[in-house]
Amino acid sequence: MIPLSWYLIFAAALFCIGLFGVLSRRNAVAILMGVELMLNAVNINLLAFWRYLSFEQMAGQVFAVIVFAVAASEVAVGLALVISVYRRRQSIVADDINLLKY
Amino acid sequence: MADPVTFIGQWLESILAGWGLSSEWISVIMAALGVVVLAAAVLLVDIFLVWVERKVVARFQDRLGPNRLGPFGLFQPIADVIKLLLKEDITPQGADKFVYNLAPILALATVILLWAVIPIAVTVVGSTINVGALYIVAVGAIGTLGIIMAGWASNNKYALLGAFRMVAQMISYEVPMVIAILIPVILAKSMSLADIVQSQSVWYIVLAPIAAVVFLIGAQAELGRAPFDLSEAESEIVAGFHIEYTGMKFGLFYAGELLHALTFGGLFATFFLGGWRGWGAETYPILGIGYFFIKAMFMYWVIMWIKYSFPRVRIDQMLNFCWKFLTPLILTVLSITAILDKLMSGVPYWVYVLVMLFSNLVILYFVYQAVGRYARKERQKVADPEKVKVNFRVRSSTSSQAS
Amino acid sequence: MMSPLQVIFILVSTITLGAALMVVTTRNMVRAALWLVSTLFGVAILFVLLEAGFFAVAQVIIYIGAIAILMIFAIMLTRRIAHDPGPQIDSTWPIAAVIALGVFSLVVFFIQRWGKAASQVESFPAGFDPLRELGVALVSANQYLIPFEIASILLLAALIGAIIIAWDKK
Repeated sequence: MIPLSWYLIFAAALFCIGLFGVLSRRNAVAILMGVELMLNAVNINLLAFWRYLSFEQMAGQVFAVIVFAVAASEVAVGLALVISVYRRRQSIVADDINLLKY
Repeated sequence: MADPVTFIGQWLESILAGWGLSSEWISVIMAALGVVVLAAAVLLVDIFLVWVERKVVARFQDRLGPNRLGPFGLFQPIADVIKLLLKEDITPQGADKFVYNLAPILALATVILLWAVIPIAVTVVGSTINVGALYIVAVGAIGTLGIIMAGWASNNKYALLGAFRMVAQMISYEVPMVIAILIPVILAKSMSLADIVQSQSVWYIVLAPIAAVVFLIGAQAELGRAPFDLSEAESEIVAGFHIEYTGMKFGLFYAGELLHALTFGGLFATFFLGGWRGWGAETYPILGIGYFFIKAMFMYWVIMWIKYSFPRVRIDQMLNFCWKFLTPLILTVLSITAILDKLMSGVPYWVYVLVMLFSNLVILYFVYQAVGRYARKERQKVADPEKVKVNFRVRSSTSSQAS
Repeated sequence: MMSPLQVIFILVSTITLGAALMVVTTRNMVRAALWLVSTLFGVAILFVLLEAGFFAVAQVIIYIGAIAILMIFAIMLTRRIAHDPGPQIDSTWPIAAVIALGVFSLVVFFIQRWGKAASQVESFPAGFDPLRELGVALVSANQYLIPFEIASILLLAALIGAIIIAWDKK
């Protein structure tokens, strides 16, 4: 059968791919996609720990529900910001959004 | 021979066990076989639906419909399929080829996926997952994606407009439809469709008539059929998201649409008309298949009836109707149903049924009053615009969006 | 011979990771969003393997039905950028790759050393319904009622915030 470590390694790989996306992409929407990948990796870990180590306690599942809520609100606000920035600056490249630097 | 499906399944399992396979692999192979058989059966029904749809439309429009090929024109769909297969297959310039070809497959596949959880008879059900009602919503979400893909990959303005309209419509109408599904879930105290059918000793259309009507309206919008066929609106955006598709790729969209209508008929039957339930269906599951398809076909006919009787609504009317009328209404019904269900734990079932029905009728009465008042006000605006203070700025902006 | 579950896991996880790589490297943004959808779908299949059917379905509804479609809309609304001929990847991407690989090898190193990493699933005891347990846990005052309510307030705040930020004041 599938040992716990398979899920953990898969989640780690997914997390690191997401991390790479966040660090290297220029488009703000693409950065949000990377964040989504990372949140998904976290969810896999939470559910794997719940299933393998303590399925009588619902903590893992409850945290996964909260991660869903956080992901949904993060995307809603993030995309609203992206569209608002696009209206003002005609660009959603993260390097161009530099007004707060000064 | 009361239950041929289970019988054949057990026979095949014993053959596979005879070949010395482990039980795990046997269950995997049987599941795969089940998928193939169910999908093939559903697609066979789909071919027949082409004939049904054309014949029924013809009757609604006072025509005869296909009547040349075979008895009652029954072989017409086969000729249609051959025609579609022989047509030229065009990929427009600048289209995203992979996505363009994937979209029609997704459109049909999501419909077939729905059949995985619908209980066709007491023993014939693809999968008895305990979140069946949610699964239906999830598959609908993938269907939305197929339409966006078609609209975007076609590289055509009309296709993109149609896709945007369709997505706005599907996402909006999903809200009241999902809440309408929740009411049978509360009544049956289970999200599994098999349990929902099992617990309908009284059909839920008696206990929750408002939810049934809202589900039907939501289904009509989800299917993109008139009065909600803004996504294809021939007179405005030609054919919407499938404008660039030819031959069998268009055929897949068309087959998906027909099968989707029958599937929603089946879902309506499952949620509100007792699914496979009927006289003798428990002991002779093969009767249950018959009852299920009779109910599903009847609801399919109702969906067609609505489609061919109503004119198309404007996009602002469609969205207003969903967000300002259907959603508040169904939320009210949901909360009242939930509270009554909690209060009436322990009363005899016939009292429960009567109270549920009565509460629905009371809500219906108030809705009727409110809608009547609204309609009078709207009529007055048209008849005597001087007397009514109208916010002209808002009105002009909505009409410019609609044009 | 591997058990069917293992075969399914390896197939699904390979495809999912491949799709995830495409998400972060594809230049066409709409395609990247579609690859994201396949990744999310693969994760949903893994949730099914973990016997968390509710989360698999919720994953499809929330991520594919809402988040991915929102992203596609956002990409289409900012379309000039989607056809941006310039590079979609930052010039500092080798550093990002090194950081990502470093984190990955570190995590794998610790997983290898951890004693419980090889633990196997125990099947649920008879009559144990995780879905029912989760429902009870989310509304019991002595369990997770308050986190659940806070999550709903967070969603409401995000809803209002998104509307205010994206409001076109013209």
